[in-house]
Amino acid sequence: MADHSIVVPSSTARPARGNLWQRFFQATELDTRLLGMVFALVFIWIGFHILSGGLFLTSRNLWNLSVQAASVSVMATGMVLVIVTRNIDLSVGSILGFVGMIMAVTQTKFLPGMLGFDHPLTWVLTLMLGIALGAAIGAFHGAIIAFLSVPSFIVTLGGLLVWRGAAWMVTSGATVAPMDTTFRLMGGGADGSIGATASWAVGIVACVFIVLSILHSRQQRKRFGFPLKPIWAEYFIGIVGCGVVLGAVQVLNSYYMPVNLARRYAEANGIAWPEGGLEIPLGIAIPVLIALGIAVVMTFITNRTRFGRYVFAIGGNPEAAELAGIKTRWVTVRIFALMGALCAIAAAISTARLNAATNAQGTLDELYTIAAAVIGGTSLAGGMGTIAGAVLGAIVMQSLNSGMVLLGMDAPLQSIVIGLVLVVAVWLDTVYRARAR
Amino acid sequence: MTQKQTPLVEMRNISISFGGIHAVEGASVDLFPGEVVALLGHNGAGKSTLIKILSGAYRRNAGEILINGEAAEINNPRDAKAYGIETIYQTLAVADNVDAAANLYLGRELRTAWGTLDDVAMEAKAREVMGRLNPNFQRFKEPVRALSGGQRQSVAIARAILFDARILIMDEPTAALGPQETAQVGELITQLKREGIGIFLISHDIHDVFDLADRVFVMKNGRVVGHARTEDVTKDEVLGMIIMGKVPPGAVAGPGAMQMA
Repeated sequence: MADHSIVVPSSTARPARGNLWQRFFQATELDTRLLGMVFALVFIWIGFHILSGGLFLTSRNLWNLSVQAASVSVMATGMVLVIVTRNIDLSVGSILGFVGMIMAVTQTKFLPGMLGFDHPLTWVLTLMLGIALGAAIGAFHGAIIAFLSVPSFIVTLGGLLVWRGAAWMVTSGATVAPMDTTFRLMGGGADGSIGATASWAVGIVACVFIVLSILHSRQQRKRFGFPLKPIWAEYFIGIVGCGVVLGAVQVLNSYYMPVNLARRYAEANGIAWPEGGLEIPLGIAIPVLIALGIAVVMTFITNRTRFGRYVFAIGGNPEAAELAGIKTRWVTVRIFALMGALCAIAAAISTARLNAATNAQGTLDELYTIAAAVIGGTSLAGGMGTIAGAVLGAIVMQSLNSGMVLLGMDAPLQSIVIGLVLVVAVWLDTVYRARAR
Repeated sequence: MTQKQTPLVEMRNISISFGGIHAVEGASVDLFPGEVVALLGHNGAGKSTLIKILSGAYRRNAGEILINGEAAEINNPRDAKAYGIETIYQTLAVADNVDAAANLYLGRELRTAWGTLDDVAMEAKAREVMGRLNPNFQRFKEPVRALSGGQRQSVAIARAILFDARILIMDEPTAALGPQETAQVGELITQLKREGIGIFLISHDIHDVFDLADRVFVMKNGRVVGHARTEDVTKDEVLGMIIMGKVPPGAVAGPGAMQMA
């Protein structure tokens, strides 16, 4: 056929071509697009650090940043799948508001009556109910989109209004507070963090995981005689990966409990208050841990399961997917149900963090979520997007937000900057893709 | 090939209409093992529609389909695949954004003991099949979008033969190809025919398929004009069937034949 590529025996590695950089990227198989985003993020961080006179790159600010990005990050991972299949979900903020309200009422009004006040099961039952409700709402949207052929833009635009209104109707607009003590741990804060030792343990588990997956993939390639990556590239990925993980843990561990809280903690645990104060590292916050866990699970779903493969195939060519025998409508329903469930988890994080549920909770979150996914490289034309990109996108958005707050910028100016960044980011991505082709 | 054999596929009196327009009306075609049947007609004659009923993309309004002499219920592409019917569409129907192996196994992925995708095994099998079909093909890791027309065609064909198809439907298989690639598809068809696979070739251009086919069916305005063994008719006579609906002496007239006044 009209293919003039050189025939290379499959048992040897591909020949290294191009200059040093090209060879480097070829050997490591790094996603250059994602790497570009990491550099953009570093640039933003350093920029804010200088502009704010050294306030941005502090463990305290980064710790807060990680907690604030958690809720949108959770939803952005689901939004990737929605957008990859050429759909959109405008209702995520409203679903968050409604489900958050229902979860708040459940744990403050219903469950205490049945189980007693501060029962240890309250948070689990509340969360389960919330996830089931979120998934049901999402599945309902998905069914209308898939089986009644109403465009997702319209269905979820309707959902945006309906669920926001429903959130108000649950308590006639009254704010519900406070939340169950265990439930509140999901929102982070001094109590909702796992401390230094557990954080290191999480970091080490992550490193072991990185090394094992490198070994596994190498072994798999050997099994079928595929070209292997050069050994230095494997070491490079492993060392950089573990370095980033352990560095992040180190940063989060160097944020200590504020003095008042530390004093209370010392009193509660019968520790004498030392002269220079007590340094109790907070470590990874529970919402951050949840968001990371979700990101890992969602990455697994998109890359390693049939469902994920179908999502991308539908995004690439819906007709081909249908003709290949994929039940495209059911896949759509499942995607929206998953999105709804993730909204419920995000709702748990944000109500727990606020220690209250308000009927305005999650307003505009749909736009932040979509922006995070799109900045993270999800193509609105469908078929392209990564979970890691969306999480990075959420971090970029949150970095811009908190950076501008640190600089004392006015809220209107903040919106203007975020709006411009979104458009410029997508434009740059378009340019990159046109060149990569 | 003897006509006494049970046909591999028999479509009897198939009709389908879209919003009052009869796309196919009372059409009957059959196909025997190891036979290549060309389905000819102008654009809009109903040939692609008829064959999409067999491949499960459309549902017929009337008529019956027999596979090996037994009535078959084909309501969607999955049903058709269960009968060993594989289709290569005119549009190729590949997902542009995933790689060759993912396309080959789309809808029928290999899985590991854990229920996860076994990408390595799929890639290994894809390399084997593609190696037979197109030994020059090496771009297994790239999305299909990056491939040339001929390479995409070989992916589409490989997908059809990967799962032991017994009935192969090729809709305008050479429309997007250069002369060299067209010749390769011709060789492939001859090879598959020797393996006893029945093949439907759909084309609006008689020159593409006449030499490959054992028999031709001609359609016009949704009806079958007639059918003939290629050895009994000339290209010009078949052209007459396509254009005028005129049935030559060597052919069997169908319901769509021009009525002699």
